[in-house]
Amino acid sequence: MIRLDNLTKVFDTPKGAVTAADHISMEVPSGEICILLGPSGCGKTTSLKMINRIIRPTSGKVFINGEDTSSLDTQALRRNIGYVIQQIGLFPNMTIEENITVVPKLLGWDKAKYRERAREMMRMIALEPDAFLKRYPSELSGGQQQRIGVARALAADPPVMLMDEPFGAIDPINRAVIQDEFLKMQQDLKKTIMFVSHDIDEAIKMGDRIAIFRAGKLVQYSEPDELLAAPKNDFVESFLGEDRALKRLNLVKVRDLASDEIGLVRPDDSLETALKRIEEYGYQNSIVMVNDKRQPVGIINAAVARTTSGHCRDHFMSVPVVVSLDDDLRKVASLMFANDMTWVACVDDDGRIVGQITQRAITHHLGSRYRTHSRDQATLDAAASLSPADKE
Amino acid sequence: MELLQYALDNMELLLTRTIEHISLVGVAVGIATLTGVPIGIAITKNERAAKTVLYIASIIVTIPSIALFGIMIPILSIIGQGIGYMPAVIAVLLYSQLPIIRNTYTAINNVDPALREAARGIGMSQNQRLRMVEIPLAVPVIMAGVRTAVVLNIGVMAIAAYIGAGGLGTFISRGISQSDPRQLILGAVAVSVLAIIVDYSLLALQKRLTPKGMERAAATP
Ligand SMILES: Nc1ncnc2c1ncn2[C@@H]1O[C@H](COP(=O)(O)OP(=O)(O)O)[C@@H](O)[C@H]1O
Ligand SMILES: [Mg+2]
Repeated sequence: MIRLDNLTKVFDTPKGAVTAADHISMEVPSGEICILLGPSGCGKTTSLKMINRIIRPTSGKVFINGEDTSSLDTQALRRNIGYVIQQIGLFPNMTIEENITVVPKLLGWDKAKYRERAREMMRMIALEPDAFLKRYPSELSGGQQQRIGVARALAADPPVMLMDEPFGAIDPINRAVIQDEFLKMQQDLKKTIMFVSHDIDEAIKMGDRIAIFRAGKLVQYSEPDELLAAPKNDFVESFLGEDRALKRLNLVKVRDLASDEIGLVRPDDSLETALKRIEEYGYQNSIVMVNDKRQPVGIINAAVARTTSGHCRDHFMSVPVVVSLDDDLRKVASLMFANDMTWVACVDDDGRIVGQITQRAITHHLGSRYRTHSRDQATLDAAASLSPADKE
Repeated sequence: MELLQYALDNMELLLTRTIEHISLVGVAVGIATLTGVPIGIAITKNERAAKTVLYIASIIVTIPSIALFGIMIPILSIIGQGIGYMPAVIAVLLYSQLPIIRNTYTAINNVDPALREAARGIGMSQNQRLRMVEIPLAVPVIMAGVRTAVVLNIGVMAIAAYIGAGGLGTFISRGISQSDPRQLILGAVAVSVLAIIVDYSLLALQKRLTPKGMERAAATP
């Protein structure tokens, strides 16, 4: 847990006093990523660097896991806080191994332990230890260097990490990859992280909470979905952008909005049945056909069903678009627009159909101010029925 | 041809004088490195001190060597060392301060601020930062300063022959006083050749001392 209590920094400059951080009070619960977000010069970096005393606070306090850090020795404090900066800052005179083990060495670990730790860190960041440990930073790509930067920060297993625009200098494609890798690591590591960003999309993707700064003040501190749903004032609203409703789509999983009611047909059903079911469920164009394992194998077109007689197995079209329960709504919306559909079938990990997600449900969700409770997967699975006949 | 013959005839003396010359410059620049590097590092902590020190060091370099020897004769005579080895070494030591202090100061100051911040952020003390990061990164530029000092002072040391310090300058001073162009030219050529050889050897040493992994970034001013 990191708690800031009225943390303030006033810089004395030739042009007068600049209040870079103005009575910032906030708390990051253990194991969460908090993103400090805001326009350039709003005090994000200053606030972050007061935590490890790269910048000395003018007033206010920093607590880590309940302990007032002002009583701690500066070097000891820093060795217990992982620190990652945008410029990466790997020491060019040291090998990758020496870079990664620098904090464990400062902490007096014995050689066997820190060398093993270096290998462990390399595996964690998915770089081959034997291929990289003896090389120098200048021989690595920017993305690889920043992975090493993260590994160096994590090497001594600090409970807390500070990251100042860590992926800001990496090209967009690699940035997305490294963000995903980092989130995956964080699932196991559960570090308490303060993370500076000026990129809303990054903030929404990475943050458990987002703190919006403006001119040295903390304006809003919320979970991402709540922030997007209910910006506190015009500044936050305009900072988030006019497409903030669409940004929320990234945050919601199919699982959260899927309905377990879906009309399906079997290959043995007649086209007449198919047509009846299409109308029953109010589908405009088509219905999904599944096999014995409830896996989608094709779709029956309403137009075909209306004009033809026979069995579904002889008149289906190519496999329909489906989404998985763990996909986000952005993908769903994109598929809906691309395929001109008002609903999409949802499948579980085994590819079995478990329900559907409708455009209406998405619109309704975005319209509501707060996110409704996630549906329980178990209920969803259990309730998924093959045909409405079972229910009638 | 005559000159070559003369050189061959005096090979032994030439060698002795060369060794003398090298040891004079070597001792002086060696001591200068031991003092100049710490001074260069120390003044990175205080801009005003840096300005003052660098200013004084530059003034010293502008004093003509003959004048410097002249000043030192009465002073060092007090301890009976007015001429010879001592004033020569001290003069070179003083002249060497500027390139060594200046390069050390610049090199440490020019260490990428991001590296310095990273080093601070992970919890290195000031000394650890110097030892593990700043000095290793500064080595190529410091060495370049030492090289400059050595090459510069191989020339200065030639003049020290006039105060009886020995070295290759004795060929030149005798050549002049005895109106013997052979000695004069031999001395001049030997000094130049020595400067070139030493420069290249030190450049090789500088490359050896440059930390692996930053060869690309190594400065060669
Ligand atoms: N060392 C400093 N001296 C004077 N002013 C500073 C210093 N560092 C930052 N500032 C000022 O403090 C404000 C906040 O800076 P910073 O925290 O770096 O912003 P951000 O990281 O949000 O872009 C800015 O107005 C900046 O100019
Ligand atoms: Mg910043």
